[in-house]
Amino acid sequence: MALVGDAISHSLLPGIAIVFLISNSRSTGLMVTGALGAGLVTVWLIEFIHKKTRVKPDAALGVTFTTLFSIGVILISVFADKVDLDLECVLYGEIGFIYFEDGKSIFGLEVPRPVIRMAGTLLFVTLLLVLFYKEMLVTSFDSGLATSLGIPTGWVYYGLMMVLSLVIVFSFESVGAIMVIAMLIMPSVTAALLSDRLPHILVMTVSFSSFYALSGLHLASWLNCSPAGAMVVSGFALFCMVWALSPRRGLILLGIKKYRHKKAEQFAREL
Amino acid sequence: MKTLHGNWKYFCWIGFVFVPGGDVFAAKIAELSNTQIGEQLVRFFSLRDPSVRYAIIASLLLGTCCGLLGSFIVVRKLALMGDTLSHAVLPGVALGFLWTMTKNPMAIFIGATIAGLVGTVVVHWIHTTTHIKEDSAMGLVLSGFYAIGICIFTMIQHLPTGNKAGLDKFMFGQAAALSTIDLIMIAVITTISTLLILLFYKEFLVTSFDYGFANSIGMPARFFHYLLMLLLAFSVVVALQAVGIVLVSAMLITPATTAYLLTDRMHRMLIYSSLFGMLAGVSGAFFSYLGNSLPTGPFMVVAASGLFTIALLFGNRHGIIPRWFRHADRTRRIQIENTLKAVYQIRERTQFKEDGVSLQQLGGQRNLPLVETAKEVKKLLKERYATIPKDKGGHFQQNLKLYLTPSGWENACRIVRNHRLWELYLTESAHYQPDHVHDDAEEIEHVLGEETVRQLERNLNFPIFDPHGKPIPSIIDLGESV
Repeated sequence: MALVGDAISHSLLPGIAIVFLISNSRSTGLMVTGALGAGLVTVWLIEFIHKKTRVKPDAALGVTFTTLFSIGVILISVFADKVDLDLECVLYGEIGFIYFEDGKSIFGLEVPRPVIRMAGTLLFVTLLLVLFYKEMLVTSFDSGLATSLGIPTGWVYYGLMMVLSLVIVFSFESVGAIMVIAMLIMPSVTAALLSDRLPHILVMTVSFSSFYALSGLHLASWLNCSPAGAMVVSGFALFCMVWALSPRRGLILLGIKKYRHKKAEQFAREL
Repeated sequence: MKTLHGNWKYFCWIGFVFVPGGDVFAAKIAELSNTQIGEQLVRFFSLRDPSVRYAIIASLLLGTCCGLLGSFIVVRKLALMGDTLSHAVLPGVALGFLWTMTKNPMAIFIGATIAGLVGTVVVHWIHTTTHIKEDSAMGLVLSGFYAIGICIFTMIQHLPTGNKAGLDKFMFGQAAALSTIDLIMIAVITTISTLLILLFYKEFLVTSFDYGFANSIGMPARFFHYLLMLLLAFSVVVALQAVGIVLVSAMLITPATTAYLLTDRMHRMLIYSSLFGMLAGVSGAFFSYLGNSLPTGPFMVVAASGLFTIALLFGNRHGIIPRWFRHADRTRRIQIENTLKAVYQIRERTQFKEDGVSLQQLGGQRNLPLVETAKEVKKLLKERYATIPKDKGGHFQQNLKLYLTPSGWENACRIVRNHRLWELYLTESAHYQPDHVHDDAEEIEHVLGEETVRQLERNLNFPIFDPHGKPIPSIIDLGESV
């Protein structure tokens, strides 16, 4: 499922472009509508192709998102004069520009609008997660059990996908379409190397993501490069570190174990 | 946010028509869209313009190459490997650029190939040393490597000597801006891939479908896996210039998936897939040539997806619409057979003395309301399995009776025979309880072939009665009716 996020992040482009073309405005509500619509269409298409034909899910996913993404690019380039949408910004994000967006005053502090939007999304997602934690847990690990418990797995699945689209559309501004996938899977994969319990993983992902953000911004200002790229690079570096050093599944530990095993084997043979 | 222009400037190139001598058409791209489509078609396919010629040759070669390699990754369920590779080559492209500080195709090619291969090795390594699933590993490598590439590129852009066009060129591709050396590289890679696939067709086939078997017969399966990955990396790198990073994976998997919908044989899939790849490539180049400032890559992908949609809907064997028709046809046949069986059962109750069956009896037997029964009877009449005698005026009689024609009766006997033979088989050979066999037989009776029925009969020693004590219509009964 990890790459569904990638697929959705690419296929949101035509959704946003169509909404722009029709309404010619960049209001948050419309953007969210376009994103949700595109997200749903993507997930539905992938399911449709995969279920109705013998095409494997990975190929269905690949075909779907590349098609939708191409349609988005074509729309934007054909109506380039009408769409005031920066493709580069959608692809890579420009977190540095957020500061320059017009802001709103909260407690005397000038807070840029994207920050407010993202805070709202965070609150919303956290609330949903707290409310539906059990349902999410069961459907994620055992959809058969979930169905037998009376949990509407289809609804949970589509709900999750819609929330995912929502999160992705808001993260366009900061990390862009391609690297949002990193922000989605890197923290959880890294945490999964360290623990097997979902609550622990959830807590760890939050701290990891904040680490990415902080170290990424520092790295970006040090190397004078793209902040989004730097965040993901620091995430990747953290993953590699954990992969090597993890006390339970680390590469080094694995190597030591293998070495000891070999030694023991040798010893056994000598005996 | 910045506004959108600049990025698309390059793509205008495909719109230019270089008619020697400075023809009026060469003046402005905008005028092109005012000319007739037919005229543009002629111009496009007459290959007068060198950039169009290059674009077409490149698309044909790339279509072949991507189609061939894509077939293997699609059947290996590695469809997203192409996507991973195409993103993972970015740091290599950037480093290759840094190496020479010019857009030297060779340096970029070497850097990109190395980065792509490192990417596939890391995916494999993560997958084998941890419990992380392959798709997550691909996602990690894809985004991690891509981010490294973006960082290096933005650093280059901030350098005083940095060439700003470096990155954007690779995003969506520009088939018309391919240089001669690019074209030569595409041709070389395509030739190498095609030759290797032809030479090692058997090996690639076996390792793709049964890795364990390939290992057990002493085939170096891992070697062929990495050879395929190497070829894939090569083709991704050369295709980048024409279709761009984001969409190169589509050129790999969409034509191959389309072919996969149409055939079950690998060699046919390879041929179809490269044909679709070529078709998509050329039509993509053509469409982007039609309008002004349009990128090549997205049009190629949309053309390929169009072919995919057609195959998905109308494909002979796996297409949705033909399958829907087949399904409807089968449902209809089963309904007809059930009605015939009901007629048989009604007649059996009177020891076959009464020939005609009334609508009410039939409805009762089939447990259907009268209107539905009438519809079923209509189907029988249409297939000429039954007749209803009419009076002199050509109207149906008051309390009408249904009479089966010889072919209808034969079919009815056949179905009942299948049903009862199967019931007997289940009780005799599979030791089912006699009251548990009906539902199973109800389904299988429609699909038992003549051969299977003969075999059942032989195995059961030509039985006369089913487990419920009812006679099984024999072959002689079937023959008698005719």
